Amino acid sequence: MGETETRPELDEVWSWLGQVPDPEIPVISLVDLGIIRDVEWLDDRLVVTVTPTYSGCPATSMINFEIEKALRGHGIADLELKRQLSPAWTTDWISAEGLEKLRDYGIAPPLRNMGEQVPCPRCGSLDTELISQFGSTPCKSNWRCKACLEPFERFKCH
Amino acid sequence: MTAITVKSGDPLLEFLLRMGDNSLVLGHRLSEWCGHTPVLEEDIAIANVSLDLVGQTQLWLGFAGEVEGKGHSADNLAYLRDAGGFRNFLLVEQPNGSYGQTLMRQFLFDAWHYYMLRRLEHSSDRRIAEIAEKAVKEVTYHLERSVDLVIRLGDGTQESHALMQEALELLWPYTGQMFDADGFDEVAVKAGIMPDPAEIRPDWDAQVTRTLRAATLEIPQEAFSHKVAARSIHTEHLGYILADMQFLQRAYPGATW
Ligand SMILES: [Zn+2]
Repeated sequence: MGETETRPELDEVWSWLGQVPDPEIPVISLVDLGIIRDVEWLDDRLVVTVTPTYSGCPATSMINFEIEKALRGHGIADLELKRQLSPAWTTDWISAEGLEKLRDYGIAPPLRNMGEQVPCPRCGSLDTELISQFGSTPCKSNWRCKACLEPFERFKCH
Repeated sequence: MTAITVKSGDPLLEFLLRMGDNSLVLGHRLSEWCGHTPVLEEDIAIANVSLDLVGQTQLWLGFAGEVEGKGHSADNLAYLRDAGGFRNFLLVEQPNGSYGQTLMRQFLFDAWHYYMLRRLEHSSDRRIAEIAEKAVKEVTYHLERSVDLVIRLGDGTQESHALMQEALELLWPYTGQMFDADGFDEVAVKAGIMPDPAEIRPDWDAQVTRTLRAATLEIPQEAFSHKVAARSIHTEHLGYILADMQFLQRAYPGATW
């Protein structure tokens, strides 16, 4: 069998990865999150380059496991996961679709152009206040909406 | 598994162990607060800072293990070295004390850590520069948080002010060590691996002065600084930290889950 027949197209691999949910915020995929930096074939080996969100993120090993499970499920036998630290991950790499999904899920997405203003993901009000710099995970802070009175989490700009 | 001794000799390896041991010991110290802090928000915050530091430890000690070349993982280096093999600053192994004391220790370290990492982003060693680039993003908000809390508590109630002043006086003599260089540092500085520790002092001084002034705290005029002949020398506190942290791997060698 020729190599080209056994190797799925990279676009197809990206679409598979686009279906792997982030273990902590399952509404967005690992591709939406922007942590898959590269996918390439080195001969018959598929090399997937992943960058961590936070260096102490406990989901890192889970993420690698999920990537491996998904790709093996699609018949990838020879797989290498490469960790890349630089350039360091930034929330600017979260896709536009990912930002929308976060908002729909009730998490205020990281938006740099809003300055200090954090709109409530439920009612859209800008009358919100920070409760705590750290939320349930290092990437989120806790907020409260003074209009609809609901607490919410915000994905911090990082 | 028997204890590991990493021989001193290679300035790069020595530098990596020093960075990794600082973040490991302080990360562990902070984790002792988990479930015990005065307020829930602080519990979450301090656990997150701890997690960042332990994550950074994996990067530093992971690299150290590769440079050592004996197949030791970051975990091996963390769990199997004895107290005399640790290279961390005396400051980070000091007991948590009151919550204010923990925050003061954190502030004094964060200020050093931040300016150190900013310079390490330009290290001649590419891997060090990459780790620093990653870590400084986290340490930036560690410093923001500790500055904020030191000011709030220093310039807070009479009681919180007194506790913060007491903590500052207790910890101040341990800060000088962060700017001392030994023979290993000198070689590493010449090779462009790290900045001269003394070079960090003006930035640290400026940050500390600014913050403590805003916190209405008085900077100790005492010039006394704890000096040790070698980075392997520690206060009695480190042994207790390791007894706690290393217990499982020492009692059940190679245990995994
Ligand atoms: Zn609202």
